[in-house]
Amino acid sequence: MTAVLEAQALGRKYGKRWALRECTIDIPAGHVVGLMGPNGAGKTTLLKLASGQLEPSTGGISVLGGRPGDTPAQLAKVGFVAQDTPVYAGLTVAEHLRLGARLNPRWDAAMARERIARLGLVPAQRAGKLSGGQRAQLALTLGLAKRPELLILDEPVASLDPLARREFLQGLREAAVAHRLSVLLSSHLVSDLERICDYVIVLADSRVQMAGEVDQLLAAHHRLTGPRRDPDRLPADQHVISAGHTERQSTYVVRTDAPNHDPAWTATQLSLEDLVLAYMDKRTVDNGRAVLEVRR
Amino acid sequence: MIWLTWRQFRGSAAMMAAVLVVFAAVLALTGPNLASEYAAGVAGCTPDNTCFDFFDRFFSEYDLLFLALTLVVLILPALVGLFWGAPLITRELEAGTHLLVWNQSITRGRWLAVKLGLTGLAAMAAAGVCGLAVTWWSDPLDKSAVPEMAQMAPVVFGARGIAPMGYAAFAFVLGVTVGMLVRRTLPAMALTMVVFAAIQIAMPLLVRPHLMPPVAGTFELGRENMDGLGAPGGGSLQIFLRTSAVPGHAGAWVLSSKLVDPSGRTISSGDGSSGPSSTIVRAVPVSTTSGPCSAQGLPTGGCTAEINRLGYRQQATYQPLERFWPFQWIETGIYALLTLGLAWSSFWWLRRRLS
Repeated sequence: MTAVLEAQALGRKYGKRWALRECTIDIPAGHVVGLMGPNGAGKTTLLKLASGQLEPSTGGISVLGGRPGDTPAQLAKVGFVAQDTPVYAGLTVAEHLRLGARLNPRWDAAMARERIARLGLVPAQRAGKLSGGQRAQLALTLGLAKRPELLILDEPVASLDPLARREFLQGLREAAVAHRLSVLLSSHLVSDLERICDYVIVLADSRVQMAGEVDQLLAAHHRLTGPRRDPDRLPADQHVISAGHTERQSTYVVRTDAPNHDPAWTATQLSLEDLVLAYMDKRTVDNGRAVLEVRR
Repeated sequence: MIWLTWRQFRGSAAMMAAVLVVFAAVLALTGPNLASEYAAGVAGCTPDNTCFDFFDRFFSEYDLLFLALTLVVLILPALVGLFWGAPLITRELEAGTHLLVWNQSITRGRWLAVKLGLTGLAAMAAAGVCGLAVTWWSDPLDKSAVPEMAQMAPVVFGARGIAPMGYAAFAFVLGVTVGMLVRRTLPAMALTMVVFAAIQIAMPLLVRPHLMPPVAGTFELGRENMDGLGAPGGGSLQIFLRTSAVPGHAGAWVLSSKLVDPSGRTISSGDGSSGPSSTIVRAVPVSTTSGPCSAQGLPTGGCTAEINRLGYRQQATYQPLERFWPFQWIETGIYALLTLGLAWSSFWWLRRRLS
């Protein structure tokens, strides 16, 4: 399968500050990709680079084989729902659909109308009067009815209450399946994405910390719990992601292909949230023993 | 895109159209009366050669209205820049809707081109209608205006003919460009106003006088270029020379006006007196104790002939009224070029820097 997004040594800086650097990823088509990371990790920057809102400072990026945002054809292939799901406050719901129909050659008017009706949005209502959840749904409808091959969503559920969040993500998953759509969405809450993503990218500190299919990542990572000892004494094929210590016990999150044979260690499965948090926290291990000492 | 632009713009377009219709209707109803009053007046004054008096009377009757209409035409382009130009992009940036519209299947360049083109044409149409209507209505007054309000004079020239269209197009694109740079509506509006006002003041002061080389001329003194004579206390004769009129060229824009003595030297002293507005006072060594320029002789009118006989002259440079249309085209062309330059830079900025 072809890649929906390929980036080589992609970087973007604002002034002197790097928002994203040395980003090299290759996302295959047909996934719902969750882009996770703490606030300010560079998620929005990566998504804006992918949709052509921003130009890279260094490196290159190609989306569905083309330069992002360059031509009407490229724009037609990629849908983008921006952070806070902006809509025109003065335009009605129906006028938003008309806007979509006028500006997109592949517009699916029947699907848009059907979705609006199913969501219970009143076509004559002004978008400025919609609730946050309704507005997000309207923005998603615009993104979907454009019939893109890749739909990018930047923190689409950040301002929604838990119920609206669930409904929004549910709708997104159904649409992704129905239209065989690749989806790339970001959130700083793992729990939002856990339910619908089958591929994750973890960004922290403006770099990619981890990227891959959820199943494979979960299979390759374990939490090892055992008597307290230093990470140097773990087997060589165990790559330590994060470490935690109490007086008597050490807990490591490791990546390994080999099963654990040391009876002193108890290996347990990680949840996606544990794994993502371990990678966001990875710097503590990279910085070595000094951190270990401080933590005691 | 045309539909969306129109949908976003139709409110302000309708308001502008309504105001212009009322404005044009009022002018259309009152214009013919004004024209016939002028025609009747001219017919009455021509036989007995009293048209200067008629012009004074006629113009002073309507001067407030004349000024008000002129100001309307001058201000309209600024309003267009402020309320149509500046918010055009900033409104989208502030609401975040640029991210919505830039991710439909049209490029940003096309989006801006349609927005600029459609709204810009509307701005030019509004200013054009307003300017030409006022030009038509003011025609009798322009013919009888005092020299300071002549058709070529800075304030009036910019409110006549096709120049307002150029101003409006420029003000609009200026507003858009400033909005892109500043990214917030209110500061963008304020900056647009300051920059536009500065350019509108600089243009007649620094550029317009040199659009064509001014005509230089030496004129005998008379009623058209002299606002009276004075002989205070039997000293030297004082001439109140007009600074904005030359004889035989009604409607001209006088750039410089000075009094020269019979040998051609400029007289620059006025003995510290001051005359009526728009005049300079110049003292000439002509006897005011006896002869035609004495206190007894002045009312007979012989003094003017006497100083002309002695060789005192007005030396002036001016832009004659015949250059009105060439100047209109040149000035409109300059603003059109500025508009195109700004539009080009706004496209460049949109591609390189924005977002």
